[in-house]
Amino acid sequence: MIVGNDFSLRERRAQEKRLRAVWANPSGWRYWTSVNNFQVGLWYASAAFAFMLFAGLLALIMRAQLAVPENDLISAGFYNQAFTLHGTVMMFLFAVPIFEAVAIFLLPPMLGARELPFPRLGAFGFWSFFLGGVFVCGSILFDSAPTSGWFMYPPLATKEPGYGADIWLLGLSFIEVASIAAAVEIIVGIMKCRAPGMRINLMPLFAWYLLVVAGMILFAFPPLIAGDILFEMERMFDWPFFDASRGGDPILWQHLFWIFGHPEVYIIFLPAIALMAMIVPTFAQRPIVGYPWIVLAAVGTGFISFGLWVHHMFATGLPQISLAFFSAASEAVAIPTGVQIFVFIATMLAGRVIFSVPMLFGIGGIAVFVIGGLTGVMVALAPFDWQAHDSYFIVAHLHYVLIGGMLFPIVAGIYYYYPLIDSKRLSNRLGKIAFWLMFAGFNVAFFPMHLTGLRGMPRRVFTYPAGIGWDWLNLVSTIGAYVFAASVLVVVYDVLRPKHRQPGGEINPWNAGTLEWISEPEENWGVRSIPIVESRYPLWDQKDLVRRINEGDFYLPDAEEGKREGLVTSVLDARPLQVLRVGGTSYVTIVSAASLGMVFVALTFHWWWTALVFGVAAFASILYWLWTGTSEIPEKPQKDVGLGLTLPIYASGPNSVGWWAMFITMVGDGTAFASLVFGYFFYWTIHGDFTGGLAGPGAFWPLLSLAFFAAAWGATVAARALNQGNRTDLARASLAAGCILTIAGSLAAFLGPWSHTMEPTAHVYAAIVWILVIWLLCHAAVGAVMQLYCLARSFAGRMTAEYDGDIRNVELYWHFLVLTAVVTLLVIGLFPKVL
Amino acid sequence: MPILRARARPTGAAEKGGALTLASRRARNNGSQSGRRLCVAFLTVTSVPALGQASALDPAGAEASSIATLFWAMVVGGALLWLFVVSLMLYGIRRRRRVHDEWTAGRLIFWAGAVFPVVTLFLLLGYALWLMPQLRPWAPAQAAATLRIEVEGRQFWWRAVYHRPGDQPVVTANEIRLPVGERVEFTLTSSDVIHSFWIPPLGGKMDMIPGRTNRLSILATKPGTFRGPCAEFCGASHALMAFSAISMEPEAFRSWLAAEAGPARPQPSDGARLFVENGCGACHTIRGTAASGEVGPDLTHVGSRLMIGAGTLPNTEEAIARFIAEPDVVKPGSTMPPFRMLPETEIRAMAAYLKALQ
Repeated sequence: MIVGNDFSLRERRAQEKRLRAVWANPSGWRYWTSVNNFQVGLWYASAAFAFMLFAGLLALIMRAQLAVPENDLISAGFYNQAFTLHGTVMMFLFAVPIFEAVAIFLLPPMLGARELPFPRLGAFGFWSFFLGGVFVCGSILFDSAPTSGWFMYPPLATKEPGYGADIWLLGLSFIEVASIAAAVEIIVGIMKCRAPGMRINLMPLFAWYLLVVAGMILFAFPPLIAGDILFEMERMFDWPFFDASRGGDPILWQHLFWIFGHPEVYIIFLPAIALMAMIVPTFAQRPIVGYPWIVLAAVGTGFISFGLWVHHMFATGLPQISLAFFSAASEAVAIPTGVQIFVFIATMLAGRVIFSVPMLFGIGGIAVFVIGGLTGVMVALAPFDWQAHDSYFIVAHLHYVLIGGMLFPIVAGIYYYYPLIDSKRLSNRLGKIAFWLMFAGFNVAFFPMHLTGLRGMPRRVFTYPAGIGWDWLNLVSTIGAYVFAASVLVVVYDVLRPKHRQPGGEINPWNAGTLEWISEPEENWGVRSIPIVESRYPLWDQKDLVRRINEGDFYLPDAEEGKREGLVTSVLDARPLQVLRVGGTSYVTIVSAASLGMVFVALTFHWWWTALVFGVAAFASILYWLWTGTSEIPEKPQKDVGLGLTLPIYASGPNSVGWWAMFITMVGDGTAFASLVFGYFFYWTIHGDFTGGLAGPGAFWPLLSLAFFAAAWGATVAARALNQGNRTDLARASLAAGCILTIAGSLAAFLGPWSHTMEPTAHVYAAIVWILVIWLLCHAAVGAVMQLYCLARSFAGRMTAEYDGDIRNVELYWHFLVLTAVVTLLVIGLFPKVL
Repeated sequence: MPILRARARPTGAAEKGGALTLASRRARNNGSQSGRRLCVAFLTVTSVPALGQASALDPAGAEASSIATLFWAMVVGGALLWLFVVSLMLYGIRRRRRVHDEWTAGRLIFWAGAVFPVVTLFLLLGYALWLMPQLRPWAPAQAAATLRIEVEGRQFWWRAVYHRPGDQPVVTANEIRLPVGERVEFTLTSSDVIHSFWIPPLGGKMDMIPGRTNRLSILATKPGTFRGPCAEFCGASHALMAFSAISMEPEAFRSWLAAEAGPARPQPSDGARLFVENGCGACHTIRGTAASGEVGPDLTHVGSRLMIGAGTLPNTEEAIARFIAEPDVVKPGSTMPPFRMLPETEIRAMAAYLKALQ
């Protein structure tokens, strides 16, 4: 039995006042410097929705154009911009960010946490996403949006005149940075910031799903970033990565894109299913049936989704044996998906279902999604895909999957979770109207497209001839699309309409069992005190929990030192380990995001000096952010968190969340690097002589560079150990030596291809060697800055033997850096020799 | 860009047979008031037979019919499955029903969610994998003996070369003819961006990728005319990049190919002279004349094709004239320069010359 803290009413009021002051958002225009997860989550979701409406508008314009054959409503050029932006915006600015938004909004209260571990990183991610999104969307107003389709196949997209393709590449790279930031935040949050007692097998399913999805982002986005780098180098400097006449190959882009692009579908789909996994048990009034089944299915889907990308390339002429393998893998993913759907059905059957608007959207979504899944089973068969590929059949299939598997559950989620924003429910009546309009409109719009496609209509056509059996099908689709749009408007109206006459105060109106329902919209603190969790549905199973939490009966009921604090717990069994002080309101997030954004904008238009200036600004503001906001030495080593427990305030190394964030970031970084190395070997496999007769960088300089980098790594590791052993002077000397060695190593790495006058525009071999070297040099530069940063921290007294979080994170970075150096230098230096 | 209006060609003066006045020429350049009439005419002459049959569900080839059968079987199976899932959900939300115990519900997950898909998908996949090598057999020895057609995708048209064993290759464009009942091998390439070769009623598609050569094997089983669209987005006029595919009885096919192999037999005319004088021969080849360009489609027998402009316009003198005058409007992004500065009569003469190249 848990013994409470037992505060008097007066003490409680004083605590609440302090907590409120600590977690308060600034007012006036400073409101936008908030970093609180509720605010950032709401902004994120609203911006994603606004982008969705914009992309939906583009879709309506396209449907109007296609309503009748030979239409002249819009030009081919505008149509091509519209469909490119429609796909791009829906995928990158709505489907992925909306889940990040929901995660940032819901996760802390759901896990019984005050905040996610890096609120400023979350805010930085939002601002990056928002600015990048406005930049990409805005391009169409200047008639300079990309026109090559959302998967931007070269050589069409590499040859595309104007700035459109650059806007796509650089704008989205910026947004991808935001996604990876969110993934880091979510993974560390779920693993390290759950309420005490919430063992990993008691975690809400939503958290399980998001853990899977964030992990997928970590491995899926980096290949695209690597592809973006190659692509932009070709566009900006004519490096021939995808130019067949100089040894490149457009297929490499397709591999890199779809290694990202297929997991992307599940990155979109799984969080929506996660919402369903929260909604269904609530309305079935019982715990989910088959919790281990659905967790396994989610993890399984995550894994399998990385083995299917080639099914987007069934018509590229790959050998039939690869087609067979990827056909099989694509069919296999239907199995965990089926399990998840039947888990919901089983839960309904084993409970008594209260019917409601969220359930209506949920069930309607499943009905739609199952059709998409079945057509997915069809197109996974290579022979059928030869017909269906790139036809309207695929347009139908992907919209059934994404709208059924994502949009319907998201709307269900809006109706379900709206009371968390406003303590009021959305309208039942409007919800039902919206559902039927949406369900009918959607099917009328997209069902005929299956037939249109098999009747031979390719996708991405701005017009079509009359009289070959496509006319009335297209007209019907257009009518359906407008009905569908009306349903979205009803939802938007329901959310935005003034509700001051409606009585509020509806806390947990659906009688749900999970922790997020204790949070009150008026309070920013997430949970009043951090509870001890003993069940998957604590609000159902733990008596008096809500009252006790709100009376401050559990951990951290106060904010005596005026700091934003949460608990860090152990990964598997959620034992409390540390009090984590998180960053509060700050400009630094906006300034960093805006200056980084300006770097990307300037690069797009080849304003090199502007890019440099803003690059320096971004660098400085991030340094300032780190210097003032991370690894702060606390005023006391530990504090009493309530219930008789005392926890340390500072942690470093694997015990700290910062170390985990670095580790996770570097895993993503390593994946991008691996994608570039994949490119190197890809060129090797497709060419008889992949060097194109060019001289390589030789072995001397790469091996010399390797020696320097190994020494620099050794010096960094030694500096960490010396610092820990209180031999500060030696540690500083070691750091300085490490920095010099890093510079020497970088110079040697550069001299390899430079001294052999490898001309990157001449042949892809030279270009890929240079890219690997540049990747290494950029990472070495960051490594050197980190060494200097630690040196400065040490001199400033901000890093000591006891409080050594900085150098431990830097050491971890260097483990990855030395691995990058070894692989790069051996590959470019020795691999051509062993051939 | 107003397509409908643009499709209209102001030919008022030319139709009367007179030379263009300055005013009417300006009118043509500024817009197309006088062309509305022709626009209507154009729309009415567009007819299905010329465009060809486009549907994968009316198969006329071996691969297409296997896939259509597979499709309909999957549709029936899928419909039953969907009904099963939806009825279960509808049953699940009923108020008055038994609440099933957790064990039963767990069995449902196991049997319906895991076992059933494993078994069905295994069977389905097995069938498809068995089908695959039969639909697209690669037997090099056999391939050497039969007809091979090399098709190269270009923005936004198709260059076709017929390779017959022991004979000169035959170059043509934007129309593919093939014999019924004989397997034809296609080698597919591209010289600019990725295109995709697709004749839905005959079989599935295959991409045309710069720097790579893809192969496709097609067996037509019925004679007919089909529409082959480009299936991979390839730029501004992707929608206007198609070809006519015509499957013919083997005898008819061979005599057609023999005729196609021969040079053009042009009558000396103003059109022939203007074609040369305006430099058309720098981009287009007309075998048997001085025109030997390789940039644009071969026009040796252009008059006999079903469509012009790669499946964009019907093959009439009016349409040819219009294409010469404003290819930038007919096909946005096409590389052919517009000749709207030429007098209408000259354009007409060239159109008549080309149409006569049967």
